[in-house]
Amino acid sequence: MTAALALGDDALVLSHRLGEWAGQAPVLEEEVALANIALDLLGQARVLLSLAGDEDELAYLREERAFRNVQLVEQPNGDFARTIARQLYFSTYQELLYERLARGSGPFAPLAAKAVKEVAYHRDHAEHWTLRLGDGTDESHERMRHGLDALWRFTGELFEPVEGCEVEWSTLHDAWLTRITSVLERATLTVPEGPRRGGWAAGAGRQGIHSEPFGRMLAEMQHLHRSHPGATW
Amino acid sequence: MVTPTPPAASTPPAPGATLTPLEEELLRLAGSVPDPELPMVSLAELGVMRGLRLLGPGRVEVELTPTYTGCPALESMATDIERLLHDHGVPEVAVRTVLSPPWTTDAISAEGRRKLAESGIAPPAPLDATAGGPVPVALAVRCPHCGSTETELLSRFSSTACKALRRCAACGEPFDHFKEL
Repeated sequence: MTAALALGDDALVLSHRLGEWAGQAPVLEEEVALANIALDLLGQARVLLSLAGDEDELAYLREERAFRNVQLVEQPNGDFARTIARQLYFSTYQELLYERLARGSGPFAPLAAKAVKEVAYHRDHAEHWTLRLGDGTDESHERMRHGLDALWRFTGELFEPVEGCEVEWSTLHDAWLTRITSVLERATLTVPEGPRRGGWAAGAGRQGIHSEPFGRMLAEMQHLHRSHPGATW
Repeated sequence: MVTPTPPAASTPPAPGATLTPLEEELLRLAGSVPDPELPMVSLAELGVMRGLRLLGPGRVEVELTPTYTGCPALESMATDIERLLHDHGVPEVAVRTVLSPPWTTDAISAEGRRKLAESGIAPPAPLDATAGGPVPVALAVRCPHCGSTETELLSRFSSTACKALRRCAACGEPFDHFKEL
């Protein structure tokens, strides 16, 4: 179940990254919002990974090279604007992907039909913050622009076809770009330039090749389970 | 234990499937369990009970649907149902989660909505009134304390994923709003 791992790992890894904001978010409301989004993603990850095997074994006992998430979701949180940029890129993609999967009759249709409604709230959250920061102060605009630019090269990989997902990937990409362009224009920002494919772009997360910060994230995520196998609380 | 069920294998009971009198009684009992996070409403009023089947003497399977995919209350709902049915003489209770068709806030009964409002939580608007999906709700949300529709959004996510935090401009009180889903 390559696709269950790919979609499940996207949700699991982003959930963990968002969870790292707990205790560090700029305001209490955002602390709660990011944790709630992380919880939604964790719920999706549990359903998806259970389609591929034992959810706990898959989450806690796989090595880095066995994870199939895109590199975008494993990128460190950075400042709040960079987290919002990651959220904007990913939740826009995930909503469009789930909309399509929900319409099909594949194994992901029931989850996609349920989760697409949750993801719509994640995307709404990211869009509102993009508008606020982009069309805010000079500093917030600059930080938002920087976050969007820094993560741009990770967005090409989102549209690499995933085996087992009956989706028209090129139209998914076009819909994504249209939506992102519209939000960024309203936020007085511009769509970043620069390669999204090829040598200078990122990619290959789906093939198990990950960026350097991912190993450290996994070490933290897995250490308790590996140190105390079978521990419960 | 909540048994994770692959979505593809989920078989929601046919609408209007006939229940035996015993099954009906057990379903009524299971549905009377209060929601762990919103104890003013029962699971039946929340609309998360999907069915109940007697598999054999003393063996019952209950179908439950989560409000949100990651709802952490699901485990304790299942435990509460198991305990209650054990107490009523059913030794073997299996609670299964089903995702399809997805739960929506329209599944909350009128009585459930009344109880939410009474406890200071603005109930969700009916979904047909929120054209274009659950998010772009332009409708005024009424303050559950003073009834004013002059309320503003403070945060899209509140104490649980299913609620947003709002404040009333008339009485100044903050309140939770059960988001349309």
